[in-house]
Amino acid sequence: MSSKLAKIEKRTAYLLILPSVLLVFSIILFPIFSNIWISFKNVELKDLRIPEPRAKKLVKSIKDNPNQIKVIYKLRNSSLTQEITNVKFKDKYPDDIEPIDLDNKCQFKSNLLKCELGNWPKKYRENLEIVFQNTNNQEISKKELKSFKPKLSGKSQNILLTYEFTLNNFKKVIKDKAFIDLLSTTFYYTFFGTIGAIVFGILAAQMVNQKFFGRTFMRSVLLFPYVAPVVALAYTWELLLDPTSGTLNNLLINYQIIDGPINLLGQKYVTLNILGFDFKLRLALTTVIIFEIWRYFPLAFLFILARLQAVPKELYEAADVDGANPIQKFLNITLPQILAVISILFMIRFIWNFNKFEDIFLLTGGASGTRTLPINVYQQGFSIGDIGMGSAVSIVIVVFLLIFMFIYFKLLGKRADEN
Amino acid sequence: MKIKNILTYCVISSLFLFSLICIWKILVTLQGIELINFNFNKLFIFGIILCVINLLVGKKFNLNIKITLLALLFSIFDYFISINLPIWYSFGIFLISLFFFNTIKNYDKKFLSKNHSSQKLFFNFLTLFGITLFSFVILFPFYMMLVTSFKTQALLLLNPLDFSINFAQGLPELFKSYFIVFKDYNFGRYMLTSTIVSLGTVIITLIFAIPAAYAVARLKFFGKNFLSTSILIIYLFPAIVLVIPLYTIFSQLGLRNSIEGLLIVYTATTLPVAIYMLQGYFKSIPKELEEAGIIDGQNWLGIIFKIILPLSLPAISSVALYVFMIAWNEFLFSLMFLDRPNTFTLSRAIQFLNVGAETPRQYLMAGSVVVTLPILIIFVYFEKYLVSGLTAGSVKG
Repeated sequence: MSSKLAKIEKRTAYLLILPSVLLVFSIILFPIFSNIWISFKNVELKDLRIPEPRAKKLVKSIKDNPNQIKVIYKLRNSSLTQEITNVKFKDKYPDDIEPIDLDNKCQFKSNLLKCELGNWPKKYRENLEIVFQNTNNQEISKKELKSFKPKLSGKSQNILLTYEFTLNNFKKVIKDKAFIDLLSTTFYYTFFGTIGAIVFGILAAQMVNQKFFGRTFMRSVLLFPYVAPVVALAYTWELLLDPTSGTLNNLLINYQIIDGPINLLGQKYVTLNILGFDFKLRLALTTVIIFEIWRYFPLAFLFILARLQAVPKELYEAADVDGANPIQKFLNITLPQILAVISILFMIRFIWNFNKFEDIFLLTGGASGTRTLPINVYQQGFSIGDIGMGSAVSIVIVVFLLIFMFIYFKLLGKRADEN
Repeated sequence: MKIKNILTYCVISSLFLFSLICIWKILVTLQGIELINFNFNKLFIFGIILCVINLLVGKKFNLNIKITLLALLFSIFDYFISINLPIWYSFGIFLISLFFFNTIKNYDKKFLSKNHSSQKLFFNFLTLFGITLFSFVILFPFYMMLVTSFKTQALLLLNPLDFSINFAQGLPELFKSYFIVFKDYNFGRYMLTSTIVSLGTVIITLIFAIPAAYAVARLKFFGKNFLSTSILIIYLFPAIVLVIPLYTIFSQLGLRNSIEGLLIVYTATTLPVAIYMLQGYFKSIPKELEEAGIIDGQNWLGIIFKIILPLSLPAISSVALYVFMIAWNEFLFSLMFLDRPNTFTLSRAIQFLNVGAETPRQYLMAGSVVVTLPILIIFVYFEKYLVSGLTAGSVKG
């Protein structure tokens, strides 16, 4: 009895999870695997269009003979690169109409015109002309003829499904001189974005963890940048930072802090003089990182605040008895308590910042030294139009991702052991 | 020890008051008022005097009367040392000093004789200062978005530092950019598409996720552990590695430029997190309730609909809000999949506006307000649910 019940339970379980598993499999897992497939192929954006045989139907009346009519089919292969084989043609005609003189490729049977048009090479064009007459010697209506649309079918090789593979994409990715620069930009962006977000998150959480007027409202406000759509925020920032009419530049010039406008999003380097040493700062990248910190510190704040509120009050009371000052309390009580959250947060944010696309894309489009790996995927795949290259770059991302995830789950497992 | 505490108290408090006043003065200059100097010396010394008075009075009489009197005293002093300033400026000074004396009202001799009280004081002020700074840094871009959308091109070019909203020009003139955005740029349609896509994603995700989450939380089956770990792993895969294969597959299937295609992708990408969040909650529902249901002769569907769903409404609402937010804000897939303006979502439409020929900034910002406002209103209104959704699912973003 119980084994039967277990069986039913099992079957129900599979039934309940099946739709989700199927959907996730086809939209997330399958694409990740097909990424590997595509990355070994020489595919370009223009190859993605499936070649189609097309026909445009023109109907022309013949002079002095209203019961005859000429139909012209303008045939063409839509693809500029690929051939279509075994093209078949079908068109319907109204009753009482017959072709006079029929091409031997075609047949006319019970109001249906069928043709076998053979193989069409790339860029192929041809006109097919047929004269029709009405068997009852009545006038043929052009409108009626035009109301039927010809149907064509043909086979073409889908470049994605062939078994031709190449290593060229990966060779190009690794041999690219900019690849090291690309990697270092990505890590620079990821590392400083993550650290900054966490530091500001700790500061904000420390502040909001104290009692003051309007505290709940403050918590909502701090989350605004994370909740609002990235498109709106990125364009607002672009407006604020604009060199000619932007608020920030105008403010700084107004108070004579700087002499001329600075193009914060369009300038690759700025030279700073600190203690007599010239120091080159990547300006646009730094600005993008600051935006990144501004947008994601709320998340760190939320996590750390939740953890802070769970720290037992007795610990602080005991520290008061011992005469600890606020800094000692933070270093010896608060920090150890939130360290675990911070390490998890760091890993998660690191993974996500590593893959961040929208923020940089909207702010700079990857120009002036802000090209990271995800931006490169987009540029290779869609700006240059080399789908295979784009795929190869995203495989590089996946490899890094798997390494990070491995570390992350190790960390998670270690934490679970400690608890 | 005590003298040192009192001294630091006076200096820090007065400096804090002065920096607040400075911020106010800077804001005032942006409205076109000329300030000759900040009067640091006079204000600083007077601030110290008032702080000492506050300390001496302590809690001897009603605190509210004390702070009002002190604030009034300070604003009158400021009014006399600065010449030719409008009354609203002095009112601002009064409010700031009211806020300031309210925060220091509890400090008296007893507090200052304690250990570390000067450090504590310092950190209290630092916190207050930090809060003002943080809220300013966060809210300023939002405010600029709003202000810019209310301006005309000429005004924007004339003075980029004018942060005021001119209500005197009448509502039709004020909301002109919004009328244009909705009329000429078709934002009504995009808003409808965005709403349909977001709500559709929420509904489909819940239909898929609730049964699956129930199975993961409650039923025993082979491969359960594997499934719950893979949910987390799948969740960590970013959209950027899916974009190229999905683009190729969707263009060959003809699913690009369609709302259906977008719905499928959004549902699939939010499904793992929805299942993850829901199963956690389902596990916390006492098993006895379900067992009672089984005894009453309910089948699995009955249990889900009559017992689990009503009990887990809070969790479901937070999942729903979170998924809605993701779908509404989503940008990458809408950029990749939508080329034709008749299928644009709001985010895609704004990006299209920006890329397209010289769109005036006030229209761009009006569009940004249109896409931001609904989500912020929802967030503030359902804050409790969304925050719990964020904490559970916010590993992504």
